Amino acid sequence: MLIIQVVLIIAMVAGGAYLLVVSPVNSRHLALRRLGLLAFVVFGTAAIIAPGLTSEIAGWVGVGRGTDLLLYLLFVAFLAFVATTGRRQRQLERQLTVLTRRLALDEAGPPPQRQADDSVRR
Amino acid sequence: MAAVHDTWVVVPLFNEEPVIGDVVRGLLDVFPNVVCVDDGSSDQSAREAEAAGATTVRHALNLGQGAALQTGITYALADPAMEYVVTFDADGQHQVSDAVHMVQRLRDDEADVVFGSRFLDSRTRPGVLKRLVLKTAVVYSNATTGLHLTDAHNGLRALDRKVCEQIDIRQNRMAHASELTQQIAKTGGRMVEQPVHILYTDYSRAKGQSLLNGVNILTDLLFK
Repeated sequence: MLIIQVVLIIAMVAGGAYLLVVSPVNSRHLALRRLGLLAFVVFGTAAIIAPGLTSEIAGWVGVGRGTDLLLYLLFVAFLAFVATTGRRQRQLERQLTVLTRRLALDEAGPPPQRQADDSVRR
Repeated sequence: MAAVHDTWVVVPLFNEEPVIGDVVRGLLDVFPNVVCVDDGSSDQSAREAEAAGATTVRHALNLGQGAALQTGITYALADPAMEYVVTFDADGQHQVSDAVHMVQRLRDDEADVVFGSRFLDSRTRPGVLKRLVLKTAVVYSNATTGLHLTDAHNGLRALDRKVCEQIDIRQNRMAHASELTQQIAKTGGRMVEQPVHILYTDYSRAKGQSLLNGVNILTDLLFK
């Protein structure tokens, strides 16, 4: 197996597992994501300015063409995006649930007290 | 049958306008406390339920059956006289007489939770596909809880107050049934099953769980 294949597969599985299960949402996590994004922008810009660059890097890590390397990296980035978005969505849903429940219960008021009810009926 | 004032029947309600009135009236014949949790229905379900005499609690948004159940249980817990909660589907497939028996078993202190099961006798006749989906859910549920239930996704249950105080349903959609059994198993509550009759009408069949929804349930459980 090529080095790049091993590296990408490990990165994907580990990254996915980390984002889905382990990582708490905190500022450290957010900072890492932003740094990752920054690196991505730098890399993308460099690739545009010097088209030969991606092919050269690809050669170092054992991928034939620079376009393949880009495809793999985009794949990883996309999976990371799906994972973080999914997590964020679950958190939002949780908050929305708590809010909606609070609202519904407050609107309904407390359950009728049975004794009082009986005396009214009598 | 004497009215049971210490029992709240929780009915998660979502777009069941044609049948909810009859379901509520049937329940009120026996159980004076019925709360319908209207889960953001787009039809007149909530009004029908209220007109039939149920208390209604309304979600401003559609959240799912699990969320509606938890809201109903939280509501019932606010009644200090509440000793038992029955969960009952809004589509008319459950029998009130089954619910009465289940509460009686709690009253006799036979268990802390009574689950309805449609597979304990031959009265209920689900189709082959439905049976397959339900049985898969049972296998998964038993594997994760270490319990031996025969029907994991039955909407008819009776819980005593202690159990209600301890559970916290966080699965908004259909995966709540497995979550509920997991939580009860964790608290060490005593569980028994009660054979119940599920009436599959054309109406309920049209609204039932599809095979594909089984995929959703599994995903929800794996990635909470």
